[in-house]
Amino acid sequence: MFKLIIKRLLQAIPTLWIIATITFVLMQLTPGGPFDQEKPVTPEVKLLIEAHYGMDQPIYEQYIRFIKNRLMGDFGPSYKYIGWDVDEIIAQSFPISLELGFYALIIALIIGVPLGVFAALYHGTKMETLLMGIALLGICLPAFVLGPLLLLIFSTELGWFNTFGWNVASDRVLPAVTLGLFYAAFIARLTRSGTLDVLKHPYIQTARAKGLKESKVIWIHTLRSSLSPVVAYLGPAVAGMISGSFVVETLFFIPGLGSFFINSAFNRDDTMVMGTVLFYAVLIIAFNLVVDLIQIWMNPKIKRD
Amino acid sequence: MNLRFIATSLLLLKIALSLGCSPAQTNVERGILEQELYIGIGTEPSGLDPHLVSGMTEHYVLLSLFEGLTTLDPKTLEILPGVARSWSVSEDGLSYTFDLDPEARWSNGDSLTAYDFIFSYQRILSPELGAPYAYMLYAIKGAEAFHKGKIQDFSSVGIRAPNPQTLCIELHSITPYFLTLPTHFTWWPVHKSTILKHGAMTDRISKWTQPKHFVGNGPFALKSWRLNNMIKVEKNPHYRAQNSVQLNGIHFLPINLETEERAFRAGQIHLTSGIPIARIDWYKKERPKNIRFDPFLGVYYYLINTSKGPLKDPKVRKALAYSINREQLTEHVLKGGQKPAYHFTPPNTGGYTSNDCFSYDPEKARQLLAEAGYPNGLGFPEIEFLYNTSESHKIIAEAIQQMWKKELGVEITLYNQEWKVYLSSRQAGDFDIARSSWIGDYLDPYTFLGLGESDSGNNHSLWQDSVYDEILSQATQSLDKKMRFESFQKAENHLIEAMPFIPIFFYVRSLLIDESVQGWYPNTLDYHPYQHLSLERIPDSI
Repeated sequence: MFKLIIKRLLQAIPTLWIIATITFVLMQLTPGGPFDQEKPVTPEVKLLIEAHYGMDQPIYEQYIRFIKNRLMGDFGPSYKYIGWDVDEIIAQSFPISLELGFYALIIALIIGVPLGVFAALYHGTKMETLLMGIALLGICLPAFVLGPLLLLIFSTELGWFNTFGWNVASDRVLPAVTLGLFYAAFIARLTRSGTLDVLKHPYIQTARAKGLKESKVIWIHTLRSSLSPVVAYLGPAVAGMISGSFVVETLFFIPGLGSFFINSAFNRDDTMVMGTVLFYAVLIIAFNLVVDLIQIWMNPKIKRD
Repeated sequence: MNLRFIATSLLLLKIALSLGCSPAQTNVERGILEQELYIGIGTEPSGLDPHLVSGMTEHYVLLSLFEGLTTLDPKTLEILPGVARSWSVSEDGLSYTFDLDPEARWSNGDSLTAYDFIFSYQRILSPELGAPYAYMLYAIKGAEAFHKGKIQDFSSVGIRAPNPQTLCIELHSITPYFLTLPTHFTWWPVHKSTILKHGAMTDRISKWTQPKHFVGNGPFALKSWRLNNMIKVEKNPHYRAQNSVQLNGIHFLPINLETEERAFRAGQIHLTSGIPIARIDWYKKERPKNIRFDPFLGVYYYLINTSKGPLKDPKVRKALAYSINREQLTEHVLKGGQKPAYHFTPPNTGGYTSNDCFSYDPEKARQLLAEAGYPNGLGFPEIEFLYNTSESHKIIAEAIQQMWKKELGVEITLYNQEWKVYLSSRQAGDFDIARSSWIGDYLDPYTFLGLGESDSGNNHSLWQDSVYDEILSQATQSLDKKMRFESFQKAENHLIEAMPFIPIFFYVRSLLIDESVQGWYPNTLDYHPYQHLSLERIPDSI
């Protein structure tokens, strides 16, 4: 296990370097710069502004300085938000995305797992069709449809929740549900197929033959193995919930990192683009490693060198 | 078992919802009780340093945090005293002496003196700072030369302070609208020791605007600032005219138009920065009291690349302009009270309203096109139309595309580019016709007509005309208002005759406003000093 961790960490170094370099090159190739605006500044002023950020130096020097600064953990100042450093923005906004992702994950698991298990138990009946139909609906209904729908019903019409923001406890409910339901649907389908698979195993029959209560057979003996595909899916899902919550963050006007990530590209806020890309890259690598470790713990049959 | 599960889930959901608890009181109601305004500003400001920003969003916030030498009456746009309680002008109109209010203080209690203004103007004019709007101070003698690095000694720029309460400004030429300039944020003072505590005078990357460091001189002081969430300001106890301020605080919310509209309907904000086109009809019908269309100092126009193919010919450009039915466009497509534009400078710009320089005349348009060698559009090469990606620009472009096809037989292809790509294409002259707009910086026709000058960095049409430059130069040099306006009219006619810019409509500022908001007057500069605002409970309004 220790070897696996070391190996993965070593693999991460070239991966991050390649990601950083590709992002750097793409940003150089993109037309338009961070200081272009409707009323353009004169070329002289533009040069002076760029000098503040070292953009007046030759490209290879910019690249070397850029890699060096990132190695030192310095993400630099944002080009767009004057007076803010990229790491300040990440420190301010990431905990919000993390919190949102956490609630969404809880909702996804609380709804997805039981839905999947019941569907498997009622395999071949109309109940299964109904439950899986609900799950399919969840997958098909994107956040930008579900979100406004929830907002319309629960905020504008019923007035139960605020229409935007992340200021009071109740502001968490609608975004977390919107984000969580999509993943709940996936988890339900994965749980169902996992459970169906496990139910066929002889040890389940043995457990039943021993006279164990059906609920114990399902929730204790079956679930641990049947959740294996769900856990494998959780790595990218959690990363997706945290990093891909852009739509939900925009809809509900939540100051999380997702909205900065997308807007930084539109603003040509190069330091912000690079900061968020690398931050997410590290996050996804870490999540995948954690998921692998959990899987080994859950199923010792998975051998790794 | 499944029924039990479903029942339990429903119970849990109910508990979760009740925990979520409906907000007992809306922001609008709370705001009225506590005199705190909730206002949507559309997008996150790029900063709070008045010398480094350039947009309207920033203006909305900065107006609460700073104050210049003069300010404007929001009803009439007349000049009112600001930090300067009075001023005098020399006979030749070139020297202004401002007498500063001895009560003027910074938000940390320090006295605000004429030396602060000198420091501030030196800062914004220092080339190293890279201030995007430094040219707003070019009216001062020597300011342009200093900003362009031609002179190094700031003492040769025409600003002096004989004593802490007196500020003298010398102009390089007569500028009849000079007193309106200090109402712009580029002219507002910044706190010297705060700036220097967080870096050098010309450091762009500085932490001084963060709430724990911020010092301003406006009616409000910065309380908190969370990006993409909220900027909160509260009454500044050191403000010189503290008794005139009725609000206790303002929440600036950088939310987009759709969220603003939803928030307004749910009673969460008092004011929005605009209205989504799709919702205009509903508000007009259901809540007419809450919708406002105020005239605004801006023109929406089509920019023509005068170096490209048939567009080199002014007759072709005029044919395109004459064949657009602007009334139809504003009434049926835009619906937001925009005014059709038959000249370039918006009406009542500093008292100047141009005559209509042309009209909707498809017959004349066809004749002009025929004279240019394209009768009924025959042989007219395909040209492209560029707009920045946006639903409203697309709708307008499609309507005009149809008009040109129907009236002139001219085919154009529409294409859109993401904002920054569009800006870079426009700057590089890589377009045939492009959507554009221009918002005035101050109340004088020159802020619009100057766009057509040969050396204007904002003239992307590549049209240059020394006669036009000469007429405009005469207009700006003249002290007599009547003569000035006559020269501007001449310039306007000349510009429309050449038609490098096709005016389409004049902007309005459309917004949603709660009945409780008092003191928000329509004016073309969209200038609303917050010390004039208050919130009052109106019976039956909530």
